[in-house]
Amino acid sequence: MSLSSRHLLGLYGVPKEDIQLILDTATTFREVLERPIKKVPTLQGKTIVNLFYESSTRTRISFELAQKRLSADTINFSTSTSSTKKGETFKDTVRNIEAMKVDMIVVRHQSAGVPTYLTKISKANIINAGDGLHEHPTQGLLDIYSIKEKLGKLDGLKVCIVGDVSHSRVALSNIFGLKTMGAKVSVCGPSTMIPFGIESLGVKVYNKINQAIAEHDVLNVLRIQLERNAGERIPSLREYHNYFGITTERIEKNNRDVLILHPGPINRGVELSSEVADGPYQVILDQVTNGVAIRMAVLYLLGTMH
Amino acid sequence: MKIILKNARVINPIQKLDSKLDLLIEDGVIQKIGEISEKVVKDSQIFDFENKICVPGLFDMHVHLREPGREDEETIDTGSNSAAAGGFTGVACMPNTSPDIDSAEIVKFIKEKSKKNLVDVFPVAAATLNRKGEALSPIAELYEAGAIAFSDDGSVIKNAGILRRVLEYSKMFDVPVIEHCEDETLSDGAMNEGLVSTILGMPSIPNVAEDLIVARDILMAEFTDARIHIAHISTKGAVELIRQAKKRGVKVTAEVTPHHFTLTDDSLKLFDTNYKMSPPLRTTSDIQAILEGLKDGTIDCIASDHAPHAIEEKEMEFVFAPNGIVGLETTLGISISELVHKKILTLNQLIEKLSINPRKILNLPIPEIKEGSEVNLTIIDTDLIWTVDVTKLKSKSKNSPFDKRLLTGKSISVINKRQMYFEDNYIRI
Repeated sequence: MSLSSRHLLGLYGVPKEDIQLILDTATTFREVLERPIKKVPTLQGKTIVNLFYESSTRTRISFELAQKRLSADTINFSTSTSSTKKGETFKDTVRNIEAMKVDMIVVRHQSAGVPTYLTKISKANIINAGDGLHEHPTQGLLDIYSIKEKLGKLDGLKVCIVGDVSHSRVALSNIFGLKTMGAKVSVCGPSTMIPFGIESLGVKVYNKINQAIAEHDVLNVLRIQLERNAGERIPSLREYHNYFGITTERIEKNNRDVLILHPGPINRGVELSSEVADGPYQVILDQVTNGVAIRMAVLYLLGTMH
Repeated sequence: MKIILKNARVINPIQKLDSKLDLLIEDGVIQKIGEISEKVVKDSQIFDFENKICVPGLFDMHVHLREPGREDEETIDTGSNSAAAGGFTGVACMPNTSPDIDSAEIVKFIKEKSKKNLVDVFPVAAATLNRKGEALSPIAELYEAGAIAFSDDGSVIKNAGILRRVLEYSKMFDVPVIEHCEDETLSDGAMNEGLVSTILGMPSIPNVAEDLIVARDILMAEFTDARIHIAHISTKGAVELIRQAKKRGVKVTAEVTPHHFTLTDDSLKLFDTNYKMSPPLRTTSDIQAILEGLKDGTIDCIASDHAPHAIEEKEMEFVFAPNGIVGLETTLGISISELVHKKILTLNQLIEKLSINPRKILNLPIPEIKEGSEVNLTIIDTDLIWTVDVTKLKSKSKNSPFDKRLLTGKSISVINKRQMYFEDNYIRI
């Protein structure tokens, strides 16, 4: 079994079999992570570059750890300045890195479409670790994996993505991936944070948080991205929390069976109350562990393709 | 030197002319029209244009020649070569150069530098100083130096109060103000706002960003009784606003680019920066409305918005890449393929939109095809099938989304100012 593409650019258009294969492979690696020696020799001799044009802690660490556990050689290239400011074009940077003979590139960039562009200028396997507000496929996959792990299925499940959907690449990857796997996906948030025409993707829109909690099996709660000017779309964080924040009280009043996911980092007291963030309904730290397994699976499947 | 153009179908809508004729041209003047025998006229060079059409030289009223300032992307000379190859004998160049065209010296520099070329270049000068939208540019002085219209193209005139003064002041010279219609508080994006931008997670620009300014500008033109020309319209809303305004008698005219009536935001899925322009590519329903607008005369003309960019600037992350594409050499081919062959416009209507109307808007004389007139002609093969190849463009820049596209219809030759461009060469006539 192998994937149908040699890159992972997004979950849009990725066939069900591919997603299933990644999830199944991740289960194997999830088991590896519980061993005393958490390392396998699968990608020995492969060189992977983590090309991060946007600051990231957890995604980069998660990828790096996944690479190390697969015994690959890894190099980190991080810069927060855009290529334009730096004087060297993005293309030249990539060509230089490629000249050092690398097999795979994991890329994060503030501009949507950069991973796609990379496939045109590089021969390496490209993995998107988040491009602008476009996609963040490994996050989508680890969310899907975590839901499946807890609830045992995906088909027919009702999943609601809550919060700043307009500023979220996590939302798009979740929508595309979950729908492919047979889940029903909706979004809930202030109408200023719901992107144009999302309904035509078959996604229902909620504006009332209590109703969203009551009618779904899973809430994937997004971070309010103040660093992306989310503040322009809501009057204040206080008002956001009062109308859309997830609290224990709201959960217990509407749906005690709901499962809470959050991609992190959490703004405590904004999208989640601290009580919820640490409480019994969430699987936030399991998501982080699963993230390593998912990334190992993706790296392994792409790195061993012929 | 004497030349004879034989057997062409000669069309000039303003003269109600449409027949198969020969033309004898001597010293840049049409000496004789009718049936001309090379046996009678000695020492002449013959060009057989059987099955070709011969029309008043085409005019592109919206190009960026980049000189002065970005001669690495285009110069007056290379831009003129591109225009000649594309079938144009005249162009109006936009003022967003470096420095901007906001002083008489720069207007004169452009006029002087283009004098020797076949292609006439008419500068559009900045409407406000440094195109900043804060204070009037020296409009009278610029007009006297040769500016034929005023615009802050690339940017909108943000302040309605300043726009009012620009309109009132330029009215003294009966010249149009050309507006790039985009409300900048709504246009902080890289593509059209729609389902595609949602799927791509791309910062986007809604139609209403254009519609709002078109509406404002129409009201302002009505209020001042001055002339406004709406550049590169892209939305169905703008088409309808202009249609209604024209019915009321507002002095508004409009142009559209070939890419805005051919391509949609769907193309952006490839993240190819050659599809990034301002205004952005819209949707099928906008194209439908634009085609209607072309048909019923709401849209007066077709202009390329020729915008050359260096390869290293276009080959960049999508959000950072500059807007715009080259168009002088593809405009005619796309227009014939998409409009004439698909029966949206008749050949006569297309000639009006590519030759007659832009000159009318800019108060320029319309070339006549009659004995005694100075020659200013474009010869077109409407059935020639060819493939766009950006590496062969005469323009210095190669940023076109139409590379490898199959087109039907091409300019064969242009003649103006005692020069003829034919088979990639200039011939003195």
